[in-house]
Amino acid sequence: MKVSDDLDRRFRERAAFEGSLDVAYDLVDSPIGALLVAVTERGLCRIGFDAEPERDLDPLARLFGAKALRAPKAVDEPRRELSEYFEGTRTAFEVPIDVRFDAFRLRVMDELARVPYGEVTTYGALAARAGNPRAARAVGTFMNRNPIPIVLPCHRVVGANGSLVGYGGGLERKERLLQLEGASLSLR
Amino acid sequence: MMEAVATIPPFERFYVEHRDGVFGFLVRRVGRDRAEDAFQETFLRALRSYQSLSHAGNLRAWVFTIAARVAVDDFRKRRPTTAEPEPAAEDSRPAYAELEHLADGLPPKERAAVVLRYGYDLEYADIALALGSSEDAARQATSSGVRRLRRKGVTL
Repeated sequence: MKVSDDLDRRFRERAAFEGSLDVAYDLVDSPIGALLVAVTERGLCRIGFDAEPERDLDPLARLFGAKALRAPKAVDEPRRELSEYFEGTRTAFEVPIDVRFDAFRLRVMDELARVPYGEVTTYGALAARAGNPRAARAVGTFMNRNPIPIVLPCHRVVGANGSLVGYGGGLERKERLLQLEGASLSLR
Repeated sequence: MMEAVATIPPFERFYVEHRDGVFGFLVRRVGRDRAEDAFQETFLRALRSYQSLSHAGNLRAWVFTIAARVAVDDFRKRRPTTAEPEPAAEDSRPAYAELEHLADGLPPKERAAVVLRYGYDLEYADIALALGSSEDAARQATSSGVRRLRRKGVTL
């Protein structure tokens, strides 16, 4: 006997509300395609491009635990902030995040978070500010694997000559995000 | 042939696979009006103990056993034991809990069949539904489980 959509929704809400999930997720529409948005109890833990819940589910469960459930209400806060960001009315995110990085990466992410909306920096400059000027390449790789793109604004990091270089979600998206922010590619 | 030990699937997949079956089962057990609450309770309980599952062997039987327990609890709640004397704390452990414990060593399907038959008094038609098998297969799983228990000295 088929479970009604209403009962299904209520169960998912309760499961998320009870706090017994390892990770809750949903799809969020955006001008750069459907995003997979996932949260743990501690905060936003994943934003994925080209969201495909069936495919994205296994990696999420492997990383955060088997108690993974699609629970739209649980991602309401990041959904709202993202939508405001894409409307151009939000220039900074406030939603708490849950990332598990080593010390150097944490410093890089701290420095990245300081790059203002609508401005760009370079991989080398970011590496230097995080205390290791020679780690530009490592920083590039790290940006490419950023678990929470958009919110951790790796799209604001470009090559020393001002070229966009690369983006985990594809260069077109990086360009769209920088356009949205009104960034001119003048370097800080 | 040996069955490969499957890892536990993400809860989402488990839930989507079994939600309709469990709901139908609960409608039969507690009636349409109370099935929705029982449904939520069943999957919330499943969620709480999901991590402690050591393998993915017959998750269907596992969640239907939870549903059967929720149905019994629901039935008790509806019939407050005003007429009966309050049982002593020592005896408050229900028979089905004891049976579930005794049946712990059985293969998952037989365990579920025995618990559902003798712990919850389910008809074979309902056990078949819970196991996702025919009524004959449900009977066989039950008697095979009972024989196995008997060899361990447990008589039902």
